[in-house]
Amino acid sequence: MAENEHIVIESGEAAQPFNYAVGMYGSRFFKELRENKKIMGVKCPTCGKVYVPPRGVCGPCFQEMKEFVEVGPGGVIGTYTILRFAFIDPETGHQKPVPYGYGFIKLDGADTLFQHYIDLVDEKKVRIGARVEPVWANERKGTIKDIQYFRVVE
Amino acid sequence: MAKRAAIVGTGQTFHKSHRPDVNGQELINEAVSRALLDANLTMKDIDAIIIGNMDHFEGINYVDCWSVDGSGGTMKPVMKITTGGTTGCTIAIGGYHLVASGMFDKVLIVGWEKNSESDTSGAITTAFDPIWDRLVFAGAISGLAAEAQAYIARYGATDRDGARVSVRDRKHALNNPHAQLRKEVSLEEVLASPMLADPIHLLDVCPRTDGACAVIMASEDSAEKITKTPDWIWGTGNRHPYAYLGDADYGRLTSMERTAKEIFKKAGIKEPRKEINVIELYQPYSFAGIIWIEDMGIVPPGKGAEYIWSGATDMGGELPINPSGGVISCNPIGATGLIRCAEAAMQVMGKAEGRQVPDVNHAVSTGFGGCWWTDMILHGKKKPNY
Repeated sequence: MAENEHIVIESGEAAQPFNYAVGMYGSRFFKELRENKKIMGVKCPTCGKVYVPPRGVCGPCFQEMKEFVEVGPGGVIGTYTILRFAFIDPETGHQKPVPYGYGFIKLDGADTLFQHYIDLVDEKKVRIGARVEPVWANERKGTIKDIQYFRVVE
Repeated sequence: MAKRAAIVGTGQTFHKSHRPDVNGQELINEAVSRALLDANLTMKDIDAIIIGNMDHFEGINYVDCWSVDGSGGTMKPVMKITTGGTTGCTIAIGGYHLVASGMFDKVLIVGWEKNSESDTSGAITTAFDPIWDRLVFAGAISGLAAEAQAYIARYGATDRDGARVSVRDRKHALNNPHAQLRKEVSLEEVLASPMLADPIHLLDVCPRTDGACAVIMASEDSAEKITKTPDWIWGTGNRHPYAYLGDADYGRLTSMERTAKEIFKKAGIKEPRKEINVIELYQPYSFAGIIWIEDMGIVPPGKGAEYIWSGATDMGGELPINPSGGVISCNPIGATGLIRCAEAAMQVMGKAEGRQVPDVNHAVSTGFGGCWWTDMILHGKKKPNY
């Protein structure tokens, strides 16, 4: 990813007047996601905890982290809910399509939970501990939406 | 060494879903006037004001400035504190710090919200990271639902257990003329209400409310001159555990555990279940009434539901929780934490009228916010010996 390149978070036709920096850690994450379909975490040299998304500092140890480690792309459902009430998505100004699966995914090798959609094609299989894998977007742009959603695998 | 401090008066609006008859500063004034009346003080007696709400909710910032006509803050030191859901509890802690520091003798604390003028879920979303936390986020309820699912998986609770908590709080609200929702519901009605986010039904969660609350805190130099029954502050604390939503330990409220341990240790409380007489828990949904009393150390992990079903937390039980009807019955968010504090103070002062728990020596009030941090206050009838 070129230094002056920008990540675009789409809000449909709605424009938002904000420009956020994701920093070096976030940039590495999105670059690996887009170019190599890899999910990167970062490991604390003191406690050994692996964080996704990667960030510069382990809060409990207040320790700078530099060691990137690849995690996932599979994992298990750490916890989840199924959203059933309709509400306006403030990111787009449109009603969020419900129901949808809201997953906190424990990616293999990570110690934190990664938030993403869970496919509800077979709702009964969506449960804590169920094995999941990402479904990748056809065109990857270097955003969190490069993963469309996670689906339960047998 | 900190000065001892006590709550000497409280005031609240009659909270409703919509108060189009007043603007923000007029709503605030109702609570402030009642608190001054309760303490038999005038604005001349007040040395400083701390005020707070979720100012991104109504989209009107700097309540510390624009509310002075209603708050009484004209030409006085006024400071704003806003910490999300915990705001109401944090302003009480901030007021305590001001009085305990010895720099201000009598401090007025004001929390308020007009949820009717806000897109609550949209505003809450802005409190979370735009890159990492917002894709699937659905306002306050999604994280709470994930907590309940994790707890259920770990300890085998059911949605019937959650419903029992909702039945309790909604029944208690009948005794509180200030509560917004005052209608008894049955277990079956809770379970039959629409599923919002598994396992949370509509009647498991709090409403949106317009309301304000004010509390007056005074140092030991004047507290006993103002009232014969001051509510002494025995300890305050707060903890923030995480950066991103996915960092939390779902199913346990570690911030509550740490805060409670710290405060109880300071106060010498070894058996909180027996030594605390009433709790006003910031409980935005029913399952928190099971999970968080375990984290507070009232009962061991996994035993919350059994304790609720025993009736111990109902009015007349061993340790009544939320005699006011709690957050499930009334939730003007910036005021909600301060209402917990005011209600706990009223219990200690013997002023809780139809919702009074007999012989309260110690009360606990809490605040909860976005989603996994905790504020907590230990109240007492006697002056602390430290």
